[in-house]
Amino acid sequence: MTIIKLAWKNLTNRPLSMLLTLVLFALGVGLTALLLLLNKQLTDKFEKNLAGVDIVVGAKGSPLQLILANMYHIDAPTGNISLKSAKPFLNPRHPLIKKSVPLSLGDSYKSHRIVGTLHDFLGLYNTEIAEGTLWQAPLEVTIGATVAERTGLKIGTKFNSNHGLDEGAGEHEEAAFKVVGILKPTGTVVDQLILTATQSIWTVHEHAQAELEGEEHHAEHASTTPSPKESMTVSQNDVDDRTALLQADSTHQITSLLLQFKMRNVQTLNFQRNLNENTDMQAATPALEINRLYEMMGVGEQALRALALLIIIVSGLSIFIALFNSLKERQYELALMRVMGAGRGRLFLLIVCEGILLSLIGFCIGIILSHGSMQILAKYMSDAYRYSFSGLMWLKEEWLLLLGAVTIGFLAAIIPAISVYRQDISRTLSK
Amino acid sequence: MLETKQLAFSYDSVRKLQFPDINCARGDQWLILGQSGSGKTTLLHLLGGLLSPQSGSIKINDKDISILRGAALDHFRGQNIGIIFQTAHFVRALTVEENLLLAQQLAGNKPDKILIHNFLEKLNLKDKAHKRTDELSVGEAQRVNVVRALINKPSVILADEPTSALDDHNAEEVIQLLESQAKAVNATLLIVTHDGRLKNYFQKQLVIG
Repeated sequence: MTIIKLAWKNLTNRPLSMLLTLVLFALGVGLTALLLLLNKQLTDKFEKNLAGVDIVVGAKGSPLQLILANMYHIDAPTGNISLKSAKPFLNPRHPLIKKSVPLSLGDSYKSHRIVGTLHDFLGLYNTEIAEGTLWQAPLEVTIGATVAERTGLKIGTKFNSNHGLDEGAGEHEEAAFKVVGILKPTGTVVDQLILTATQSIWTVHEHAQAELEGEEHHAEHASTTPSPKESMTVSQNDVDDRTALLQADSTHQITSLLLQFKMRNVQTLNFQRNLNENTDMQAATPALEINRLYEMMGVGEQALRALALLIIIVSGLSIFIALFNSLKERQYELALMRVMGAGRGRLFLLIVCEGILLSLIGFCIGIILSHGSMQILAKYMSDAYRYSFSGLMWLKEEWLLLLGAVTIGFLAAIIPAISVYRQDISRTLSK
Repeated sequence: MLETKQLAFSYDSVRKLQFPDINCARGDQWLILGQSGSGKTTLLHLLGGLLSPQSGSIKINDKDISILRGAALDHFRGQNIGIIFQTAHFVRALTVEENLLLAQQLAGNKPDKILIHNFLEKLNLKDKAHKRTDELSVGEAQRVNVVRALINKPSVILADEPTSALDDHNAEEVIQLLESQAKAVNATLLIVTHDGRLKNYFQKQLVIG
């Protein structure tokens, strides 16, 4: 019988007194591991989705909201900007801008956002097509991998979008989108999006507008609808979609622009300040806003971490008490083991083993709990955050957590083990 | 093979226990009698290496155990000395068989289930092998206790009041068992007791105190 087996039998012989200890320990470890998992995946998500974008230009409002709405597709947009004011930035000859991608939001399908944009959008996220093609004409869409998986949309399927970004809002009934392609999974927000031409959004919305406003405003409506000719140029001649957008009627609106600078310098800083001060638009820096968000969330996370640490310490204390109490009952049998030839060192090891074994079991339960609940949470969170979460991952921080757990088990056992080491067996046996 | 010379021990400065010299040959069976407080248990603990004498020497198999310390002493005890206490105590988490296996292992011997089962069978305890030790009756427990002391075939068996907690019937059974089994493994048997019932069983008697 090895020491470990004997330690195991000693623990399982007192299941009830060990239960509280285990529950506490598992709770502390589980909470810590869950926080690590959440933090890691949220940070990953935010960082992966930064996509090298230097600034986001959109309607005035909260800069954080602008970022969340247009980079992460979580929040509602701050409003729209006119295509007229956006056109200069869309021009490929702009001296400061390396890449500019317009976004038009407003519609969704089964809570997946439909984003009107240019093909260049895919380059930001290094996305490739898995099957089918990219959208070529208005109302053609290319969908992210998760969208395809969740909604069952296939190439050739037609669907009506919902007006607004939440499910349950009114449906646009006449203008049906058609799936022409599916993207490879990227692990970024793109997986959750339905991509289409900017013109599609205009078509859908102006159609709806027309219905609302009725016949009397028909003349006005006609003037803001892109002429069929313009739409056709995109589809049939396969003209560069950026050129088409630059040629489109300036009274149209888009939601935002994602910009990459050629380099960051004083000029780009001035560019940003100028835009904020002298136009009715704003420019926000994703990295900066996300750091602000971390700082806001950080307080709550730190409080939870402190709580988890406290629980772990209390559970360490309870391992100590459980072991110490059990030794009172077992001092006679421990003395007997000495009589039978076990050295002090062996008994010391036995008690340390019991402490470490307890903490290891607690650790395992905690890890199973945290990863299990992360897996359950993942389902709800990917809807809320437009990003796939998973409980089936192992972080290197969890090795540290394991090391910490074993250390606590060892520390909790060390005093009981020393008292066993020092036991006067003659006195114990003649009681 | 068991020899003590001018053995003395004191728990405090007031009372000093002085023990008569003992000299036993291999296979001898001795009864050590004395009243409560006469130092019987102290003597047994000294002989078993649970206490270190203040002065004097104890030789078992020509080895002076009064100078052994720590793990070496624990190991020597496990190999050469079987001790039976007044009440039987076991490792509670283990079954009868596992307790006996542990005794073999702690003494540094190979676990030998066949030997254990032979012993248990001889003592009519075969069906108790997989019972937890707290399910045994007092008599059964003391018999298992005897088995445990004998399992490693020690050269010396020390028994501290092995019968005082037992009724006449169980006391007779245990004492006969001790006598016969000690003989079977050719071990020196020393029984420390104030139990008058045992006087008839042993010729060699030593009174202390």
